[in-house]
Amino acid sequence: MIPAAFEYYRPTDMAGVIALLQEHGDDARVIAGGHSLIPMMKLRMAEVPHLIDLQAIDGLNGIAISDGTITIGAMVTQHEIINSAEMEATAPIMKEAALQIADPQVRYMGTVGGNVANGDPGNDMPGLMQCLNAQFHLVGPDGDRVVDARDFYEAAYMTDREDEEVLTAVSFTAPAGGFAYEKQKRKIGDYATAAAAVQISKEGGKVSAASIAMTNLSDTPVWSEDAGAALVGTACDEAAVKAAVTAMLDDIDPTEDNRGPVAFKRHAASIVLGRAIARAWSRA
Amino acid sequence: MKDEITRDERVANLKGMGCSRKRVEDSRFTQGKGNYVDDIKLPGMLHGDFVRSPYAHARVKSINIDAAMALPGVVAVLTAKDLEPLNLHWMPTLAGDKQMVLADGKVLFQGQEVAFVVANDRYIAADAVELVEVDYEELEVIVDPFKSLQSDVVLREDMVAEDGSVPNGAHGPRKHPNHIFTWEAGEEEATNQVIDNAEVVATEEMYYHRTHPCPLETCGSVASMDKVNGKLTLWGTFQAPHVVRTVASLLSGIEEHNIRVVSPDIGGGFGNKVGVYPGYVCSIVASIVTGVPVKWVEDRMENLMSTAFARDYWMKGKISATKDGKITGLHCHVTADHGAFDACADPTKFPAGFMNICTGSYDIPVAYLGVDGVYTNKAPGGVSYRCSFRVTEAVYFIERMIEVLAIELNMDPAELRSINFIKKEQFPYTAALGWEYDSGDYQTAWDKALVAVDYKGLREEQAQRVEDFKAGKTRKVMGIGLSFFTEIVGAGPVKNCDILGMGMFDSCEIRIHPTGSAVARLGTISQGQGHATTFAQILATEIGLSAESITIEEGDTDTAPYGLGTYGSRSTPVAGAAAAMAGRKIRAKAQMIAAYLLEVHDNDVEFDVDRFVVKGSPEQFKTMKEVAYAAYNQAIPGLEPGLEAVSYYDPPNMTYPFGAYVCVMDIDVDTGVPEIRRFYALDDCGTRINPMVIDGQIHGGLTEALAVALGQEIAYDDMGNVKTGTLMDFFLPTAWEVPNYETDFTVTPSPHHPIGAKGVGESPHVGGVPCFSNAVQDAFRPFGNRHTNMPHDHWRIWQTANDLGMHD
Ligand SMILES: Cc1cc2nc3c(=O)[nH]c(=O)nc-3n(C[C@H](O)[C@H](O)[C@H](O)COP(=O)(O)OP(=O)(O)OC[C@H]3O[C@@H](n4cnc5c(N)ncnc54)[C@H](O)[C@@H]3O)c2cc1C
Repeated sequence: MIPAAFEYYRPTDMAGVIALLQEHGDDARVIAGGHSLIPMMKLRMAEVPHLIDLQAIDGLNGIAISDGTITIGAMVTQHEIINSAEMEATAPIMKEAALQIADPQVRYMGTVGGNVANGDPGNDMPGLMQCLNAQFHLVGPDGDRVVDARDFYEAAYMTDREDEEVLTAVSFTAPAGGFAYEKQKRKIGDYATAAAAVQISKEGGKVSAASIAMTNLSDTPVWSEDAGAALVGTACDEAAVKAAVTAMLDDIDPTEDNRGPVAFKRHAASIVLGRAIARAWSRA
Repeated sequence: MKDEITRDERVANLKGMGCSRKRVEDSRFTQGKGNYVDDIKLPGMLHGDFVRSPYAHARVKSINIDAAMALPGVVAVLTAKDLEPLNLHWMPTLAGDKQMVLADGKVLFQGQEVAFVVANDRYIAADAVELVEVDYEELEVIVDPFKSLQSDVVLREDMVAEDGSVPNGAHGPRKHPNHIFTWEAGEEEATNQVIDNAEVVATEEMYYHRTHPCPLETCGSVASMDKVNGKLTLWGTFQAPHVVRTVASLLSGIEEHNIRVVSPDIGGGFGNKVGVYPGYVCSIVASIVTGVPVKWVEDRMENLMSTAFARDYWMKGKISATKDGKITGLHCHVTADHGAFDACADPTKFPAGFMNICTGSYDIPVAYLGVDGVYTNKAPGGVSYRCSFRVTEAVYFIERMIEVLAIELNMDPAELRSINFIKKEQFPYTAALGWEYDSGDYQTAWDKALVAVDYKGLREEQAQRVEDFKAGKTRKVMGIGLSFFTEIVGAGPVKNCDILGMGMFDSCEIRIHPTGSAVARLGTISQGQGHATTFAQILATEIGLSAESITIEEGDTDTAPYGLGTYGSRSTPVAGAAAAMAGRKIRAKAQMIAAYLLEVHDNDVEFDVDRFVVKGSPEQFKTMKEVAYAAYNQAIPGLEPGLEAVSYYDPPNMTYPFGAYVCVMDIDVDTGVPEIRRFYALDDCGTRINPMVIDGQIHGGLTEALAVALGQEIAYDDMGNVKTGTLMDFFLPTAWEVPNYETDFTVTPSPHHPIGAKGVGESPHVGGVPCFSNAVQDAFRPFGNRHTNMPHDHWRIWQTANDLGMHD
């Protein structure tokens, strides 16, 4: 687990980052917390001759909440998410999810930007961002653009981001209603066997809106529109939950690995989602 | 002279046996001041790295090193061809087989060493590894030992004669080219007869999966050949440094006095660091070739994929009993997957280790054990991961057979154990498979454990839970895991235990300094067990100097006396006994010195805590400190100056620690997630030297037991690819997964050990694995479960529930 040689850069402005990305193309990558990228480099599964550190770039840090919109700088760590009282007050699902990512050491380093840009189906933030209908802010040689989290993921490690683009922030409208992030994993520090992000709004004893996304059950995160729709207008009773679970099962496509065979993963997914819905509903 | 302090205070000041003295090594380990192999940095040192096979079975058609050699900083690339003239392309294993150091014509497992790159920088070495071009021709892969014994594919061509016949191996006749040995104990015919005519018979097949000791520090070595004075120094992760010196001498032809082997601090061994690895040999050869020191340290994946695994036993059992539950016979057959080379670390005469302790803690009149060792395309090893030789396998086997028999008899498994325990008055007890158990009081320990956990109450709660589950009130089932184990440790008597011909004695040498402090050196080597703490306590009690004034040194063959090292819980039973015996020699001489100083006859003084007193007049005494000084500054008629002693201890028998464990577990049948509610561990390791160190050993051993039972495995796919080569997939529990352990004890001293101690480091693992597994299995027993194989990870537990129709 010894990485190949690489050139290290620490530009101080975004223009410098983009210039380097343009110059080296495929041979360059940005590094945020490094807790996905460095292991890949040590395993020589990622060869990155030019490594561009984002630590010294202004404007990628901090959590801003205004007018009901939450904006999280790409370099905000999972640890900062957990410890932000404002975040907890406006989008408590963020803390609940972040606490289930990896372990404290990893969370001190791992960033929100790195987690969503990475494209690993095991990462928890992408599904969460889809549940929250977040927007990803990108900057590149041709300027800024915004992509919906729900449109960002194409396949494992393949995203809508161009090689010369950098993700600067994620933003979303403060979610309303009840929430839950439920994750089954083999041990601390493990990626999900199955995980579900759920937000439910309640009006007059009925579900007025619901959003459901699943993690590590396909080669991308899965926002299941039908699963959410199955809950709307119901009292979140057993039949409704069952309908949501059935809809979700139609949308996921897990593969067998060391976490277990497909049948088990599908079962675990339905259990995890059922529990997440119950918890979210109880908080709605 | 009047004594200012009381006798109790004098005892306390010694910090001798029985005292929970804090570990003296920990200040160094917790402050980053340990000195591990990778901390060794010598001037001009080069770095080695391996080209490893991506295939599990392939012919090596050619190796091209040109591109690697052309990389600036690369000094050498060694292949089997370079080692052959030195006759080092193969090396002997501890099991009487031989193993390729570097691929000689073919590779037999994924991760096998193919070429050794030496460069002046660790990173360049890794880069050069990628530049070595190896042309492989893939061969059919065999990962199943049963298929291996049927296959036409010959794995070890070197083990077949030219006419195609199969010559004998190190352990006798072989039945097939891929067969290694058959080893038997007990009486098969008599056993079969009993079983065939028994009132009740239970049969079961179980697979004890392949796993790995996975010490936190991986294996490595630094070799430094000084060509001027002809001396080779070798630092390495060695659990048996003296044996390594002997092997290095035999292999290299360098005389043994010119080889110094040093085991510095070792970051865990658990059996993984007993054997000799190609990396050690290559670092030595590379240092001899280049004339400068060469370091080799493997990474985590290399450690998991290529160094010694543990277990991989397919066990088939038959156990018979009367209707009332009295066991009448036991039959066990094992198909043992040893991988590509037989590199088990067992005493020579025991190719399946002490698997023949598989009658466990029970009085079983007749028994038979047969073990067939088999080659497959997997990594070699078969070491005893935190257990004495194959004892975890044996204890798992019998503790599962007991549970299965209990199902067959429709009896409570705790009661079934009670009915069959070897009784206190039967010790020393000779078991049907030959071992003589030195001592035990099983029923007392068992009763204490069952009372402590309120066993009856737990069973009632479980019965209620079953009803609730069936009524749809809960989705969690409850398991009560029981295990009662007897270990066999402290190998061992030289008459039947040796490793590569070296008798398994151990040693201690003590020097008392004039001012009353001491250094003691032993033939063992701590890998975290805390020897520097506990051996000093044994000596403190034996010689009357404070443990704080006694330095313990191990691991440097230039200074320590010869010993067979640390594994199989042998340090305290063997080296600890040597320490006590050497201490007694010191005391005997000290008594003569004291008598001279007190101007009385030798027999008129007696030892008391830290001094010799004149019998009948306790105010007349000489402390050990005073005696030590006198040994160096007085001319005592008839006595040599100085105060030193050495003892080589050949144990008369093994020691037999035992224990009673109970685990209470709740299992979510929908997710397969187990929650350990309670774990109670009663250990009887004989005399207790340091209760706190014992607790630490038990916590660690139980945690490794939890790992193995609930998820830790080395899994292969059909192509022989390792599926669990990183810590993401190879389960190492953290504080989060570990329950709160309740420890307890009884004390049944070993009758033949000088201080009555039995060894404890491995008991919790040996007893823990079946206890965790039995908890899982017991939870499903009311729903029809009989046996499911470990590891009980989430999906396999879920599968059990699914197979029992619990998701319908
Ligand atoms: C032991 C362990 C367990 C883990 N468990 C989990 C888990 O359970 N759940 C989970 O979600 N994650 C887990 N992770 C991953 C962890 O959360 C990572 O830190 C995270 O996925 C990536 O964030 P990072 O800041 O470390 O990114 P880096 O590793 O620095 O980068 C990851 C990738 O994203 C790219 N990238 C980073 N920032 C940007 C940006 N601003 N713009 C464009 N591209 C960018 C990089 O080029 C790289 O390709 C685990 C990691 C470890 C080591």
